[in-house]
Amino acid sequence: MFREHDMYHPPEEGPVIGDVIVADNLEKRFGNVVAVDRVSFSVREGEIFGFLGPNGAGKTTTMKMIQCVSPKTGGTLRVFGMDVDTHPREIKRHLGVVPQENNLDPDFTAFQNLTIYARYFGIPRREAEERAMELLEFMQLEEKSAMVIEKLSGGMRRRLIIARALINAPKLLILDEPTIGLDPQARHLIWGKLRALQAEGNTLVLTTHYLDEAARLCDRLVIMDRGKILVEGSPEALVRRHVGTDIVEAERTPDVVACIDGMGVRYDVTADTVQIYTNEPEDVVRTLLDACRHGAVTARPATLEDVFLKLTGRPLRE
Amino acid sequence: MGRFAAAGITCSVWRVWRRNWDAFVKTYQVNFIPPFVEPFLYLLALGFGLGTYIETIDGVSYPRFIAPALISVSVMYSAFFECTYSSFVRMYYRKTFDAIIATPIGIEEVIAGEILWGATRALIYAALMLPVLVAFGVVDLPVSVLVVPFAFLAGLLFASIGMCFTAITPSIDALNYPSFLFITPMFLFSGTFFPLSLLPPIVQYIALAVLPLTHVVSVNRAITLTAFSPILYFDLIWIGAVTLVLFLLSIRLMRRRLIA
Ligand SMILES: Nc1ncnc2c1ncn2[C@@H]1O[C@H](COP(=O)(O)OP(=O)(O)OP(=O)(O)O)[C@@H](O)[C@H]1O
Ligand SMILES: [Mg+2]
Repeated sequence: MFREHDMYHPPEEGPVIGDVIVADNLEKRFGNVVAVDRVSFSVREGEIFGFLGPNGAGKTTTMKMIQCVSPKTGGTLRVFGMDVDTHPREIKRHLGVVPQENNLDPDFTAFQNLTIYARYFGIPRREAEERAMELLEFMQLEEKSAMVIEKLSGGMRRRLIIARALINAPKLLILDEPTIGLDPQARHLIWGKLRALQAEGNTLVLTTHYLDEAARLCDRLVIMDRGKILVEGSPEALVRRHVGTDIVEAERTPDVVACIDGMGVRYDVTADTVQIYTNEPEDVVRTLLDACRHGAVTARPATLEDVFLKLTGRPLRE
Repeated sequence: MGRFAAAGITCSVWRVWRRNWDAFVKTYQVNFIPPFVEPFLYLLALGFGLGTYIETIDGVSYPRFIAPALISVSVMYSAFFECTYSSFVRMYYRKTFDAIIATPIGIEEVIAGEILWGATRALIYAALMLPVLVAFGVVDLPVSVLVVPFAFLAGLLFASIGMCFTAITPSIDALNYPSFLFITPMFLFSGTFFPLSLLPPIVQYIALAVLPLTHVVSVNRAITLTAFSPILYFDLIWIGAVTLVLFLLSIRLMRRRLIA
């Protein structure tokens, strides 16, 4: 079935040129559970776009709708200007996917994993083998080429999955927690590779629980919670908007809390500290030291983690 | 995407098939031994051991009577187990289906490819068993060569049955139920080791209606004994129709299971 708006976009309504993904009131229900609750966002060509959020926020569900493997239950979602419901094959042809859960094929070697995956895209054998060698080299796995999957370390498997996602030279790369469980060296290596891919003009969408990773990599990001998008923006803008430039931390005592209450600043209390959000850390620290009966006081630059905790709350989620 | 289960099946099914073929060839030593050994064991124990107490069945020596059943049973086992336990491992533990549907290949094609592969395995087993049976002189040549292409059709039937169970099983252990409650009785009561006609008529009708193996044995026996009769049309139509229905059903059930 095609509808008229699949064929023609009136300029004033169609996606802005350069928007690779456009979601409008996108919704996903599993029975009674609303995993993604009418979210709207757009990803521009050539950017690294991040999805952050606590466990169960709906990140993976959103990624799967973009990948055309999980049908949406409401709203609209276009990738490369095409409807995910009507053009899954065309969209998937230009998509690279790094799933949250490793699903390399344990019957085969690293090299064969790439060539067999290439076959799924209909890439001719000779070309597939050349590309597989290039990608193994790109992810610094050329020595592991003949190894079966179970002999690879977690970091190598993750790198191999990224290599596999690149086999069809995708224009858009979806990475669901690409650096999950990796050591700092491996994470730095992957960050470098992702930036190199961006520099080549690719668009990247990633989810992560590492906020430093998001702050370093993402041009723009959203923070999701319980299926909804809470905020959207560049990491710096979000920090500035929601927290300020700095954080002053004081030991949590009734005196300190009472004293800060009178200062007219924005703050949050955690189990053992009070966090004051400010753009003038020196003033806040001075007031604290002068006017309050205080314990330890520290000041530090605000980070994305502060935004994340402020917006999604501190208690552990299920 | 169409409502019809088979809509959206393209030639990419062969890419899914090819993945399984590649994995099979890598471990060919373990894969090629059983079809050689199995007919030996059965023929020695049942055909020439137990069979010495049995003169003939409808004028046929006992080893010649069971030879087509051995092929049929092997076809059933290889296709059914491939599309139950093996497919379940690929689907559930290894997430291989998830990996494939992230490419332009759809879930319908993955399932169709798995079923075609299960049927191919049945064909390979039949092709490997045949020389052994020929060596024992218990099948007619050259007409018995027909059991090989027929193994593919029968394989499609048992692969589709297996895939339906795989689509609805809650766990790999629960696959033991169809194995013991469906496959094992079929192994015994499908005219395999004694003629169906020994059973009470009502049981015969039930066997013909719900035990697919009866029709497969019937066709294979006609081939290896060169004893064709019009009953074969009924067997072939039954097999074809049930295969088609279960093939489409398995795809539909798998879609429901995997595409949440
Ligand atoms: N197949 C499914 N069936 C039913 N509920 C599901 C299914 N997949 C996800 N959910 C539910 O949808 C919600 C969002 O899950 P999702 O996997 O998208 O979260 P996430 O943000 O990726 O979390 P995490 O950071 O832990 O990976 C959860 O409540 C989850 O239980
Ligand atoms: Mg997730």
